Amino acid sequence: MSVVGVATAEPAGNRARRRKSRVTKSPKIVVGAAILAFFVFIAIFGPTLAPHSASWQASNSSAFAQPPSAKFWLGTDRQQHDILSQVLSGGRSTMVIAFVAGIVASILSILFGVTAGYMGGLVDDVLSIIANIFLALPGLLILMVVMKPLPAGDTDNPILIGSVIALTAWAYGARVLRAQTLALRDQDYVESARIIGERRPRIIVSEILPNLLPILASSFIFTVIYGIGIYVVLSILGIINPAQASWGTMIQNAQGASAMISNDWWWYAPPALCVALLGIGLALLNFGIDEIVNPRVRSRKGSRRGVRFQLGLTPVVRAARPHAPSSPDTAAPVLEGES
Amino acid sequence: MRAILRRLAFYVLAAWSAVTLNFFLPRMLPGSALQAVLSSIRSAPITPDELHALEAEYGSGGKGLMSQYATYISNLLHGDLGTSTSKSVPVTDVLGADLPWTIGLIGTATVIAFVLGTFLGVLAGWRRGGLLDTLLPVATFFQAIPYYILAFLLLMTMGYLWQWFPLAGGYDITRDSTVTPGWNTGFIGSVADHGVLPVLTIVLASIAGWIIGMRNVMITTMDEDYVLVAAAKGLPRWRVVWVAARNAILPSISSLALSVSLIVTGSIVTEIVFSYPGLGLAINNATLDADYPLMQGILLCVTFAVLAVNFLADIVYVILDPRARREA
Repeated sequence: MSVVGVATAEPAGNRARRRKSRVTKSPKIVVGAAILAFFVFIAIFGPTLAPHSASWQASNSSAFAQPPSAKFWLGTDRQQHDILSQVLSGGRSTMVIAFVAGIVASILSILFGVTAGYMGGLVDDVLSIIANIFLALPGLLILMVVMKPLPAGDTDNPILIGSVIALTAWAYGARVLRAQTLALRDQDYVESARIIGERRPRIIVSEILPNLLPILASSFIFTVIYGIGIYVVLSILGIINPAQASWGTMIQNAQGASAMISNDWWWYAPPALCVALLGIGLALLNFGIDEIVNPRVRSRKGSRRGVRFQLGLTPVVRAARPHAPSSPDTAAPVLEGES
Repeated sequence: MRAILRRLAFYVLAAWSAVTLNFFLPRMLPGSALQAVLSSIRSAPITPDELHALEAEYGSGGKGLMSQYATYISNLLHGDLGTSTSKSVPVTDVLGADLPWTIGLIGTATVIAFVLGTFLGVLAGWRRGGLLDTLLPVATFFQAIPYYILAFLLLMTMGYLWQWFPLAGGYDITRDSTVTPGWNTGFIGSVADHGVLPVLTIVLASIAGWIIGMRNVMITTMDEDYVLVAAAKGLPRWRVVWVAARNAILPSISSLALSVSLIVTGSIVTEIVFSYPGLGLAINNATLDADYPLMQGILLCVTFAVLAVNFLADIVYVILDPRARREA
């Protein structure tokens, strides 16, 4: 999301080692990745782990939502579905659709953004205009109009739904990638690749793309967050009605049955919190990546003790301080940051 | 001036694409749009004239696509967006009644989020590593939660559980309500009261973007020589911050243009959660009723509004940044 400096050339092995250590050092990345891993796990194994199937009913005579108990850890809804089973098996479609949307949107944004940035001229003008138009269209409204008449079979097809969501989500990434490609295009190493006669696709794939990866990762995660939100909203609004229970349809059911008024919080809270937590995990990951790519935006809690950022001056941690030796943790970011 | 004209040309092109997309969307969808429209009409039997109008609008009736398109464009130029099939009133009437609510909601929320977020961003960038900076992740939590969930959580806690604010609607319409719409204090108070939660949702969800954007540019700007010079001249602290902030705000203005359509999307969702009587609620009802003329009318109206805001932001940018003027 922020302007990213052009990476400087370094020996590959050295860079990989440094990046690895920074990745594991950043608490944002560690926590974000843990949350994401947890939900990926649920998406894969959730339906198997669930004590019952999502459509299983504890009884068909009762019409009261049962609160959480030893038998039903998260209670049941009014149709006596086990909430825990529904939450466990409802994540898969949401995750698959969001990731399909992210992947398709990334491919589109590379196709449009990198091509526009690298080619320049008329190609750039045309592609940029297309991207800008898509950027101005309100995605959710278009999706509501498009998805409403879809036959029921199509709404269970995650690839189709994800791709359609991606159509409204690629333009932002394309814009950012274009700007960065423009900056990279005139770098010396790209210039030299051009001079020794490398072909254009090769230059784009092996010289430019690797340096766009952090931005691409960031816009991919952004699209996944967007995709989750859109899919959940579309199913809550009843625009798409997947046959399988998903987090969105759970909330829709709860809302349709006025679970809020009757205080059945265990009905709508678990899926809502799952969606919120997944979004937070992805956002943390995004910020972690942003800080690694762009060390200047990093803030350190420890920096108030030893280093003080001031106007235009590079803060320095003295290596040998007699009484308060600064830990490598506080010193490292400053030294790395000012390359 | 040339820069602005160039942008204007782009927006005319974008508006035309939106109109064309709006025309073709219902025709690309499976099933006949006319059938969907006819089957959803709930009002009294339609007259032959109205049927002809619908046929002209949605195909069949033996006309080619191009002549349908021409009819559509000419109707549009006359300000005719068709008739809502679920409400049996012209779409423009529905838009006229609902648009002010949406503009009020989005306008208030965006101004609050932008001004407050930019201000906090300047502070966080100025005191990097300070208290505000360490609190930043809290703001980003709200940004990561989908609008619907956030609105829903606010509704449940502040609206339902603690009963601080009303649960739904744009103003008091309960049976024992004493307010009458108009410019009176009772009505305005009621509108403000009902607006708090929807506005809060949008502000919470969008403020982190402004804070972080401003903070990151502030950090870069403060390394510029002219800021150092300003400090070296012995200007008071706040004037130095002002010099840096004035230059750092430009990217925020261009991202304001970029994010308007995202904000609109979010506010539509927010309106639905709070049953706020704006365009979001209207399009939700229209989709439930398969009211295609209304859906399309709202889609077009919102797209035009987003384009208009983008154009305004462009003009502001050109006024503020001399480089944008020279580029053209």
